[in-house]
Amino acid sequence: MIIAVASGKGGTGKTTVSVNMARVYGSRVQILDCDVEEPNSHLFLKGTLLEREVSSIPVPMVDESRCNACGKCGGFCQYHAIVSLGTTTLVFPELCHGCGGCAKVCPAGAIREEGRRIGVIETLETDNVTLIQGRLDVGVALAPPLIRSVKSRLQGGLPAILDAPPGTSCPVIAAIRGSDLVALVTEPTPFGLHDLKLAVDMVKELGIPFGVVINRVGIGDDRVHMFCGERKIPVLLEIPDDRRIAEAYSRGELVVDALPEYRSRFATLLWNIKEFWSNGRGVNNVRDEN
Amino acid sequence: MKIAFTTSGETLDSPLDGRFGRAQRFLVYDLEKDYYEVVDNRRSVNAAQGAGIQAAETVVRTGVGGIVTGHCGPKAFRALCAAGITIYSCGEPTVASALEAFKAGRLQAMDSADVEGHWV
Repeated sequence: MIIAVASGKGGTGKTTVSVNMARVYGSRVQILDCDVEEPNSHLFLKGTLLEREVSSIPVPMVDESRCNACGKCGGFCQYHAIVSLGTTTLVFPELCHGCGGCAKVCPAGAIREEGRRIGVIETLETDNVTLIQGRLDVGVALAPPLIRSVKSRLQGGLPAILDAPPGTSCPVIAAIRGSDLVALVTEPTPFGLHDLKLAVDMVKELGIPFGVVINRVGIGDDRVHMFCGERKIPVLLEIPDDRRIAEAYSRGELVVDALPEYRSRFATLLWNIKEFWSNGRGVNNVRDEN
Repeated sequence: MKIAFTTSGETLDSPLDGRFGRAQRFLVYDLEKDYYEVVDNRRSVNAAQGAGIQAAETVVRTGVGGIVTGHCGPKAFRALCAAGITIYSCGEPTVASALEAFKAGRLQAMDSADVEGHWV
């Protein structure tokens, strides 16, 4: 089972939910940090580094002796990463998404591909948790290929928790596509609600069952709760606005370790998710009663 | 020789656009025939990325030897240079005054990009 943890708004607690859920999972679990622009699960799950692998995408190299600057490659490329001007063909590797189309359409066979580094993928091991994280190189704008590469390391048969980047655009889609359930973490503020609505539209579009985790309950207002009630969206967990959680977080500690009274809440979240998943996708309102 | 000007309008008294890749149009002026035509750059204006490169392609197709604009980013600069087009940086307010400055030899050819991409 793959549980994706996502949110519209950033800073709502995706990583907190992911790492604490992993800790109380009870059996071997993988956590995939797909927030490749700022992976931070490793700050809380301090594991031993097992492997670091460079991730690349294929970019075109033009053999000028064969190229007749016909322009077919440039005509194909949506991203303007390759262009023929007059007698020469130029490549802009930083714009290339690595689809390989230019090499396929070149009638002269003048294009071969070579790897361009976009980041690294690290595998760490701690207790029962295998953490696989992507780390995009600074200045690289291509999160989705690295996210897909992180996901390709997923071990089938082992449960996985997937920490997604915030937002509702390509990197998030790349991360949560193919997961069994999405937990959307939000906060009960107008800002949280606004971005939750966007995130709900996104997961509906993808057709993935989803529920909501409301973090920092006590701040803001009750509109997130009302929204979930009206739309019959299950609230999988509520986390109170507890200063001690923020303090533990700021020290890089897991909530369930620093504040053992929260273990049962995260265990309930897991139970709710498993229940929700096995119960035919989302009609039950499994609101946490704690 | 023909020379192109970045502009938001369609006539000689239109403003000279300081941007290259996302300029609305190119006014292509034929110095020998004293005649001009206007080329649309809408596709590049709306491009998600690579506007400068695509605009350079459009300019190359017009067959000009030079382009007069305000600023030029690194990718557009590389593309225009590869096609043998000279880039002139110019602070004149209108196409007409830029054309005058060009004819009088007051415009300097740029030898490198003068702004980062996405500078506006």
